[in-house]
Amino acid sequence: MTVAVDISHRLGNFTLDARFETVDGLVALLGRSGSGKTSIINTIAGLIYPDHGRVTIDDVVLIDTAREIFVPPHRRRIGYVFQEGRLFPHLTVRQNLLYGRWFAPREAGTDFDGVVELLGIGALLERRPGRLSGGEKQRVAIGRALLAKPRLLLMDEPLASLDEARKAEILPYIERLRDQARVPIIYVSHSIAEVARLASTVVLVSDGKVAAVGPTAQIMHRLDLFPLTGRAEAGALIEATVERHDEQFGLTELRSHAGLWKLPRLDVPIGVRLRLRVRARDVMIATSAPSDLSALNVLSGRVSDIGSPHGAIVEVRLDCAGDVLIARLTRYSVERLGLAPGTPVYALIKSVALDRRSLSGPIRGMSGADAAADEV
Amino acid sequence: MSLSQEEWTAVRLSIRVALVATLVGLPFGLLVAMALARGRFWGHSLLNGFVLLPLILPPVVTGYVLLILFGKRGPIGSFLAEHFGIVFSFRWTGAALACGIMGFPLMVRALRLSIEAVDTRLEEAAGTLGANRAWVFLTVTLPLILPGIIAGMILCFAKAMGEFGATITFVSNIPGETQTLPSLIYTFTQVPGGDAGALRLTIVSVAIAMLALLASELMARHANRRLDIE
Repeated sequence: MTVAVDISHRLGNFTLDARFETVDGLVALLGRSGSGKTSIINTIAGLIYPDHGRVTIDDVVLIDTAREIFVPPHRRRIGYVFQEGRLFPHLTVRQNLLYGRWFAPREAGTDFDGVVELLGIGALLERRPGRLSGGEKQRVAIGRALLAKPRLLLMDEPLASLDEARKAEILPYIERLRDQARVPIIYVSHSIAEVARLASTVVLVSDGKVAAVGPTAQIMHRLDLFPLTGRAEAGALIEATVERHDEQFGLTELRSHAGLWKLPRLDVPIGVRLRLRVRARDVMIATSAPSDLSALNVLSGRVSDIGSPHGAIVEVRLDCAGDVLIARLTRYSVERLGLAPGTPVYALIKSVALDRRSLSGPIRGMSGADAAADEV
Repeated sequence: MSLSQEEWTAVRLSIRVALVATLVGLPFGLLVAMALARGRFWGHSLLNGFVLLPLILPPVVTGYVLLILFGKRGPIGSFLAEHFGIVFSFRWTGAALACGIMGFPLMVRALRLSIEAVDTRLEEAAGTLGANRAWVFLTVTLPLILPGIIAGMILCFAKAMGEFGATITFVSNIPGETQTLPSLIYTFTQVPGGDAGALRLTIVSVAIAMLALLASELMARHANRRLDIE
């Protein structure tokens, strides 16, 4: 399924001018607050009538201002999970979940019990939204959108109003949704960590315009985009397979192209493929093989690119046997070590820097690997 | 304390008039309140002023305007009588109309406030779930403004029970037809020895008003509990 967006719209001083196409999977609209991400999905949902442009899903035209076509929101069959949930306070959780069903097409589709189980909300059915925690509300809101049998699901920063613990509670459900529900998702977020963990494609939005579109790792690894994606959280994505658990020291070993990774023990079966995020600020560089070192992860590679410096800092991209790593160094270090494209180096990463928050759940259906369905 | 035949008739008539005024007024009230709360159109302030007018005008003036418009020879009155057989002048229906008009601003005010308090983002959410505007109104807006509807109806009912000036000007004071509770109390005060009757009806008025308030309190509490606002 292809969603094609080509719109321009003025909102006061702000001009939205966005054009992109997405395919299946989870597409993240990534950008700072106020960059126009929410306006884009509100246009797709039919909550904004743009000044000019077209929005189509495959052959279905939702908006075409040139031909004065504007399908009203209730006929679009596009599910929307809002940042604040927006559950109906006068209905129970069960009634909220079933609300969209009155209007959805009758043919067989998403079954109630399946969705309730997927989201783990069986115990909440008879409660009212006023009595739910933030995380529970968001799960119910996701279920409500799914049960309306949407052809596309929009999610507007569904985790933004939650604390870290609640985020960690919901992320696995969104991963399961992405892999099992077979509904394409457009996911708005300003958090690189979330996007790195969830997205198959990233649409980078900046100041009302689309700055870049591409596979998640490709976007994350572009040094020139760091000012837009946010330098502090910048890092590389590595796909790795769980190889062994070391019970004596409580470690888990993962293998990627670059080599062997040692992490604090993960609760994941052997053979599962994971997406590992290595932040640039956690990577050190040495030009000779280090010894007598506490860091457990030492990977050899070559410098492939050096970004443009900002102040004292510069990002360096490494190629480690096909895996990309990014290191944030001072200009002084780069100079001292004589780093240039092609220089052979060793990347050092402390195991404790690779905590479970930088991990995705098992990757399924994203890169073809079908691993076990247990969650991290 | 027992009421005479005449007094019972007036009590029953008053309740019927007030109920009809409230129930018939409600759909119109909802329509106008929705327009005032949500609509952006030319004449918005004009409509608002027009609806509030009976609250500010002397009731006698309102009654007289009704007499001119809805009387037998009035433009609206003659049209309705000719085409629909609805006659207002010197009938209990006229009393209901006068009471309804007088209670209308109070009802619209309560409804408008509750509609303005509704989070329109919930209605937007209902739209994305496939509900068209009519369904959104029935399944989201209406349940959320239920406390306001109850409050508006009680206010209108109470106003209608006590309405005197407009009613007596428009449809006079005919026993059994347009002689409502306040009209009969007034009549009693105009004749020698009517004090006892006036007092009895005063007590009845107080009792009905208290019952209506209690009922609204109970209903509002129930509605609020459903919304989890406690």
